Amino acid sequence: MSTPTDPSSQRSLSYVGALNEAVEQEMDLDPGVFVIGLNVDDHKGIQGTTQGLFDKFGPDRVMDTPLSEDAVTGISIGAAMAGMRPIHVHIRMDFLLLCMNQLINMAAKAHYMYGGQTKVPLVVRSIIGKSWGQGAQHSQGLHSMFMHVPGLKVVAPTNAYDAKGCLTAAIRDNNPVIFVEHRLLYSTEAPVPEAPYTVEFGKARVVGQGTDITLVGISYMLVECLRARELLAEVGISAEVIDPVSLMPLDVDTIAASAGRTGNLLVVDNAWTVAGAGSEIVAAVCERATGNAPVVGRMGYAPTTCPTTPVLEKDFYPNATTIAARAFAMVRPGDKPWSPDAEPTLPHEAAFKGPF
Amino acid sequence: MSGNTPDPETLARVYRSLRLIRRTEEEIARLYPSDKIKSPVHLSIGQESVSVGVCDALNDDDMMSATYRGHAAYLAKGGDLNQMMAELYGKGTGGAGGKAGSMHLVDMKAGVLGMSAVVGTTIPIAAGYAFAMKREGRPSGEGRITAGFFGDGATEEGVFSETLNFAALHKLPILFVCENNGFAIHSPLSNRWATEALCERVRTYGIPTHEIDDADVFTIRRTAVDAIQAIRAGEGPQFMECKTYRWREHVGPGEDYDDDYRTRDELAPWQENDAMATTGEMLDAAERDAIDKDVEQRIAEAIAFAEQSPWPEPEELFSHVYAD
Repeated sequence: MSTPTDPSSQRSLSYVGALNEAVEQEMDLDPGVFVIGLNVDDHKGIQGTTQGLFDKFGPDRVMDTPLSEDAVTGISIGAAMAGMRPIHVHIRMDFLLLCMNQLINMAAKAHYMYGGQTKVPLVVRSIIGKSWGQGAQHSQGLHSMFMHVPGLKVVAPTNAYDAKGCLTAAIRDNNPVIFVEHRLLYSTEAPVPEAPYTVEFGKARVVGQGTDITLVGISYMLVECLRARELLAEVGISAEVIDPVSLMPLDVDTIAASAGRTGNLLVVDNAWTVAGAGSEIVAAVCERATGNAPVVGRMGYAPTTCPTTPVLEKDFYPNATTIAARAFAMVRPGDKPWSPDAEPTLPHEAAFKGPF
Repeated sequence: MSGNTPDPETLARVYRSLRLIRRTEEEIARLYPSDKIKSPVHLSIGQESVSVGVCDALNDDDMMSATYRGHAAYLAKGGDLNQMMAELYGKGTGGAGGKAGSMHLVDMKAGVLGMSAVVGTTIPIAAGYAFAMKREGRPSGEGRITAGFFGDGATEEGVFSETLNFAALHKLPILFVCENNGFAIHSPLSNRWATEALCERVRTYGIPTHEIDDADVFTIRRTAVDAIQAIRAGEGPQFMECKTYRWREHVGPGEDYDDDYRTRDELAPWQENDAMATTGEMLDAAERDAIDKDVEQRIAEAIAFAEQSPWPEPEELFSHVYAD
């Protein structure tokens, strides 16, 4: 885990608990903050992330909705223009496709197109699914679509500390923020301070130092990159692992500086590679390079629809083994190919039994 | 017009608004061939009575949202004329500094929510603003409301039905106003609607509806006044369908009766019943002339303001991408 050490707190909190705490604290601080979305008020509470909020704040501030993602997005934007701070929750990122007109044509553009007369302080929470047959329409990582459009911010925290800090920052931000979560990160824990704090957008985090190759892991792929780093160490390759945390704004400086030192850059995205976040990061780094550009590579979802059967699904995603093998080939292009003999399933992955 | 006959002050105010909108748009059409207005203009000429009738029933601190055919609603709600004209000219003094043009007019100080060029898009935005107003916690009867204008085409978008349901479910303080001019660009209702029973469809959501067929400005105003009173009392949304007619082409300054999709015969009854003319005839000539003169002066001033205003500075391209 990319667990930032914070001496002020030894308390360990799950990713779910961190999201829940951030929202509760901001709702305490600002009466304009409210949560809206299908099932945010029920007994399951969006896998626990909104649990207890309905009991504390009531139906006016923790609102269930009809299945009307288009309208509810617009209603959230209108409320934001009026000065409120809505948090619109989607249990899967795939459902954001129902919101695209409002997010792209209105939320992203309102501040600019209306010459600064309005602001849209909106948070859109969405969860990427994986495994247990999530399949074609519960598994998509669509963050690059939002990175493409000026006016939106996009963050994808990979640990509980950043989850709380980024969500707090997103709620306080005066712009629409697409908040990208991953289902398999939910049970992971990290030290999380109890008092509210923010994690600044646009600052990447170096979560493991190294000298031979830079691995950038987006969303859940950061976990796989960290495991790949351990596997690479066994063959004497030192990998630096970077968590971008925030995709828009993107901290190209930190990634470019690392790639400049290691000479190799492999970006592993929790999404497809074509026209993706990995493409953007690689291009931005190469544009900055003066003289020796690093050797670059991208990994991501197979260029297919996500299948449900685990037999096919396992080859749809990059994993620590395939990442390590690719990194080895980049660092030692003259050697014969190597692949670690490792079990790619991590304990918290194996523990995930669905169904949702 | 019985029962809707206005008091003299209302009559003069309504006529002034109708006249200001009509003459402003006629001036825009006159200027258009000069290419000084490099913005697609969707003129409201002929449809003014809907905006004027409804907006006259709103308070200053109520909000209004409208469409890319929004000059009438903008001016009827009290949007700044100088800023509007400068915006059309693309000048830095425009309401949005030249980033909005005709299709995205905005004046939050006057209660004009920004307009959109994507049909139906502002319907939930207006409801969202009303959602926030409901939470202001004002006493019953004293709350603010939002009036959301849209065209007949917008009622075909899924978001229209979604928003009606949400607004009715949560009793939002919003007046939905459909300006039914019968055309989506050039496509007639008969190509688009299985039945014309729009109000019947809306009533299934539990929303009271009002269908006004003759575009009479005082009937529209009276209807809006009563609807708004109920909305302020916390009874939830209401819906008005106002039949009207677009006299000019869909976009641009001219007419299009030779374009083989409608005939001038269709226009005739609407022109005979023109709100600006009939309302003007109800005033005494001296009062009407004084209003006309004042309107001409205001428009001339707005055009001069737009002409003399500076262009936005080049760095303005990059301002307002993100809010501080």
